[in-house]
Amino acid sequence: METTSYNGKLLRINLTNSQITSESLNLDLAKKFIGARGLGTKILMDEINPTIDPLSDDNKLIIMTGALTGAAVPTGGRYVVVTKSPLTGMIACSNSGGEWGAKLKYAGFDGIIFEGKAQSPVYLSICDEKVELKPAEALWGKTSSETEEILKAEYEKSSVLNIGPGGENKSLMAAIMNDADRAAGRSGVGAVMGSKNLKAIVVQASRNNIPVTDSEAMRKEMLIAMKKIKEDGVTGTGLPTYGTAVLVNIINETGSFPTDNWQGSYDENAEIISGETLAEKYLKGTYHCHRCPIGCGRVVEREGKNIGGPEYETLWAYGGNCGVHDIPTINEANFWCNELGIDSISVPCTIASAMELYQKGYISEEECDGVPLTFGSKEAVVEWTKRIGLSQGKLGALMAKGSQRLCDAYGHPEFSMSVKKQELPAYDARGIQGIGLNYATSNRGGCHVRGYMISPEILAHPELLDRTKTEDKATWTKIFQDLTAVIDSMGMCLFTSFALGADDYANFLNAGTGTTHTVDSLLEAGERIYNLERIFNKKAGMKAEDDSLPKRLTEDSIVDGPSQGQKNHLNIMLPEYYAARGWVNAFPTEETLIRLGLEENDRS
Amino acid sequence: MIEVRLFATLREGRGKIVKLDFKTNFNGIQLLEDLKIPQEQVSIFLINGHHQSFEKLLSDEDIVSIFPPVGGG
Ligand code: SF4
Repeated sequence: METTSYNGKLLRINLTNSQITSESLNLDLAKKFIGARGLGTKILMDEINPTIDPLSDDNKLIIMTGALTGAAVPTGGRYVVVTKSPLTGMIACSNSGGEWGAKLKYAGFDGIIFEGKAQSPVYLSICDEKVELKPAEALWGKTSSETEEILKAEYEKSSVLNIGPGGENKSLMAAIMNDADRAAGRSGVGAVMGSKNLKAIVVQASRNNIPVTDSEAMRKEMLIAMKKIKEDGVTGTGLPTYGTAVLVNIINETGSFPTDNWQGSYDENAEIISGETLAEKYLKGTYHCHRCPIGCGRVVEREGKNIGGPEYETLWAYGGNCGVHDIPTINEANFWCNELGIDSISVPCTIASAMELYQKGYISEEECDGVPLTFGSKEAVVEWTKRIGLSQGKLGALMAKGSQRLCDAYGHPEFSMSVKKQELPAYDARGIQGIGLNYATSNRGGCHVRGYMISPEILAHPELLDRTKTEDKATWTKIFQDLTAVIDSMGMCLFTSFALGADDYANFLNAGTGTTHTVDSLLEAGERIYNLERIFNKKAGMKAEDDSLPKRLTEDSIVDGPSQGQKNHLNIMLPEYYAARGWVNAFPTEETLIRLGLEENDRS
Repeated sequence: MIEVRLFATLREGRGKIVKLDFKTNFNGIQLLEDLKIPQEQVSIFLINGHHQSFEKLLSDEDIVSIFPPVGGG
């Protein structure tokens, strides 16, 4: 058998009858869809009917490593969770760093397919090739860190992936946590895990490396890439010093930092919650995921203990969007997101939309049960984060379903700042045209990391595009989305792309798996993955009108700050984007599918 | 008066905000020279919240925001 960075082995766990099987990975299929995001989507597509209820036994939870997860590449340690999302009703694909993904690979598996539902709570233990389902009644109800601590005491040198109470309660914003505070955070993947009564997966592995096809080429590319990462201003200095939090001031200075549930776009108090302030006053250390030379993770202190610090998104969502300008409070709320296993973007954004409903008199004081949802209230953001994670009380349980369902219930869907029911991240798309196009067309709903147009539109990387103009945004968005699909499928961190180009990724993948990708064929592989996700969504019931933005972004101009007066012009960019993709009315044409070798997937 | 806002590592030894008297025919190149910031250390140069080239002439009351290479997501 040829040597590649794939183990060539998948685990299939039927939770209904406790059957554990190990099956071989189809290497041709793996290479066509690269791994992780691409391969996971292909398997999900082949194995479930996309119309099923995401929280029923019929859904599958696929946890997949990337082609190079575990290999000697910078940041090569990631895994993805692919399933049908209970939040969006479409494809879910959330990825996470830490150590867990690499450990699974070292234990000998490329991924795990969970099917059915256990009768009572269980966890899966993987000690190299020895795989067992164990009772988890004693873990049920425990927070993420408690669960990890208990399992680590039993399994030395292990890595733990788990859900907190958020996933157990099937909050549609529940995350899957691993290695303390790393999260596969978005689209409610934790709820799917909870619906299967699966509490955790603990992995022990005796290996700490994997073979690759061409180790000499890999070593060479590793040296080139490490040099580029060290020398690049973003990956070599910016991210290590400030983490993603450095964006608070940048985005705010451009007037694209949404405040009070996107009612404003410029925050007079941004400095208080900025990356600079975080670094100066609260930072205790940094965190590096597996084989990561960058180390963007922040470490802060809570009650004398070091904990994971907030990302840019979380600083914005609690700080700007809920109006709480206090880093210790944001750290506390972020801590509860991690402990309860809920998404630290969607949760605070749902609180922000509830705050607007309260501000305008639609949610009553009485419904707030002692903690009024007032913009700027420190008590409210911490308490409502807990209530959401625990699905506590009538309003807490409703908010646990996300902002769209909350705002629909109050008859004001327009206050949900979401796309495909998933909450938007921290960049106002009225002053940054291309990111709006990316939000609208992201297959997993409101998201910045499907195609990070902030790079060219704000960070001038790899070149500066005028953020206020629509020209060229369609082709750039497509390329960013396709390249991102590749990086996610390889198991590397997207942040490497500040320093590395498509040619570096092609070199890595070729050395690892024996493929012969050029830059063009690699981008086409990304395009194939993007189209496959889109076919899944179509079969799941997505309509063309789901590629849209909240009305506030296309109809109401920004009222304050340097981007005052601007709106997003999605109507101009969307037809150009569909033309660039070879799609008509939001979906690939037969011709496009044939070009990408996907025609069979579109048949029902 | 021109308000110059500095961020991240560019604050070291210069502070957060520097106010400069307005001069006619004054552009970003001269402004960076005045502040002893090498051009290659600047990756984002905003005038009133919009990216501009260093050559653009400044007007009185302009707010200039300057960032070194930084990013995230
Ligand atoms: S850059 Fe940050 S998120 Fe990416 S692998 Fe490194 S520490 Fe993890």
